[in-house]
Amino acid sequence: MTRVGPVLVVVCAIIAVWYGATVWLNSAWVYDQAARSGQAVGFWDMVGQTMALDRPVLPAPHQVVMGLWDGVTGQKVTSKRSLVYHGWITLEATGLGFIIGTVAGLLLAVALVHNKALDMSFMPWAIASQTIPVLAIAPMVIVVLASLGVKGLLPKALIAAYLSFFPVLVGMVKGLRAPDAMQIDLLRTYGAPKAAIFWKLRLPSSMAYFFASLKVGVAAALVGTIVAELPAGAVAGLGARLLQGSYYGQTVQIWAALIAAACLAAVLVGLVGLIEAVVLKRMGLVR
Amino acid sequence: MSFLIFAILFWAVAFWMNATIAARWSETGWARYFVPALFGVTLLVLWEGIVRGFAVPQVILPAPSQIAMRFAASTGVLWVDFRQTILKGALSGYVMGCAAAFVMAVLVDRSAFLERGLMPVGNFLAALPIVGIAPIFVMWFGFDWQSKAAVVIVTVFFPVLVNMVAGLKATDPLQRDLMRTYSASYLQTLIKMRLPAALPFLFNGLKIATTLALIGAIVAEFFGSPTRGMGFRISTAVGQLDMALVWSEITVAALAGTGFYGLIALAEKVLTFWHPSQRG
Repeated sequence: MTRVGPVLVVVCAIIAVWYGATVWLNSAWVYDQAARSGQAVGFWDMVGQTMALDRPVLPAPHQVVMGLWDGVTGQKVTSKRSLVYHGWITLEATGLGFIIGTVAGLLLAVALVHNKALDMSFMPWAIASQTIPVLAIAPMVIVVLASLGVKGLLPKALIAAYLSFFPVLVGMVKGLRAPDAMQIDLLRTYGAPKAAIFWKLRLPSSMAYFFASLKVGVAAALVGTIVAELPAGAVAGLGARLLQGSYYGQTVQIWAALIAAACLAAVLVGLVGLIEAVVLKRMGLVR
Repeated sequence: MSFLIFAILFWAVAFWMNATIAARWSETGWARYFVPALFGVTLLVLWEGIVRGFAVPQVILPAPSQIAMRFAASTGVLWVDFRQTILKGALSGYVMGCAAAFVMAVLVDRSAFLERGLMPVGNFLAALPIVGIAPIFVMWFGFDWQSKAAVVIVTVFFPVLVNMVAGLKATDPLQRDLMRTYSASYLQTLIKMRLPAALPFLFNGLKIATTLALIGAIVAEFFGSPTRGMGFRISTAVGQLDMALVWSEITVAALAGTGFYGLIALAEKVLTFWHPSQRG
């Protein structure tokens, strides 16, 4: 609880700086408008006007909150202007991609741990592929799949899956190798088959690694989905919302979509953390 | 069809070779390079064989040989894009962002209050989809590389900050007490003991940041860019269904990403030669 105070102070400081920056960045526009219409604006008039511009350079925090509130509760959730609608589209693809990526990463990790040839061939490439900006491929995947007739949820989910796949793979390979040679030897002296070693030793000892990579993976899946929504003129989803906002100069819309994405990421990571706590407790792994 | 049969044969032979080598010579040095190299070549051959064997149209997936030819034919364009996106956008943003995070980490380390307040916020922000700020920065800083550099600065800042702050804590009390008995000043302690001890953590952050920097620079170009740059080229070439050019750009991105990472890894090796993870 010693953190609450400092965090509050920092958050308040950020909001204060934000308000200051709002006035500073938007003042030029306000003065310009006033000069054009031949009016003089006093300082406090100017401050007041910078807070309520239609298309501000930087919207004030309360404008963003209003935009967010309006986007969430202002219309029916099925409306094209509702953030809940767009958030749900993004969440669907993120969730599907995350599940595909996690399952694929898990299966491959199990295969790699048990097959030396596969491990030696594949692992260096898996690690090297981490250094490649995979998001560059996103627009191409979307277009290619669209030309094959695959549209909608699946292409986005595939990109999300690709991004969440590697953290899970790398984390699980490390986790499944976490038990030391002594422990494995002990199980062998008991005459335990490979399957038993896997279920009773390797899997339990990999759980901490597993959930650590899931947290990275779910955040990566969300980023992947949002980027996948940018090209090929996607019309729904938080990424499409960002792109439309940037086309039409709707800054409040961009910020609202951004904060919505941030909240979604925080909720997803928190959810994984919650599952982690429950699972580790059930497995008796909490120290 | 013969291409496909050749590719499958090649795959079978390579698979058998790799399995044998992995079973017999897995401890030797050359096998550690040969096995993955053969695996990579096999993937390329399979790719070529499948594309030619099934006559996959170039708009869906060009063959590696087509990509190589396009790459060789358009080195001029690729170089212009490389300079715009990697050298101007990603690299300048990377240097500025990492330097800012480094300075911030030292400040955070000096003040317990700042650490307790800023680090949870920093950890929260590090997990967010930061590429989303790209449209805002494009609006503020214009279409050219400055806005891309700004996106990169924000993207790399938090991972480096979080790692560096953890690194500055990496000395044990005994070592600190020793410095105190020498009556070393804060600056001396920082330079001679704590910064070297923090280097492995710092490099961890720097390595993560290399990929993020490239992603930030490329994705920011989807929100608007001058008529050059890798993100711009990828999105327009996709529009024209010029997939060979797209794959050439991806090859450049892959090479640049690996090279960038390798450079940081090399610097790490030189500067942290004393660390256990670098020995052996």
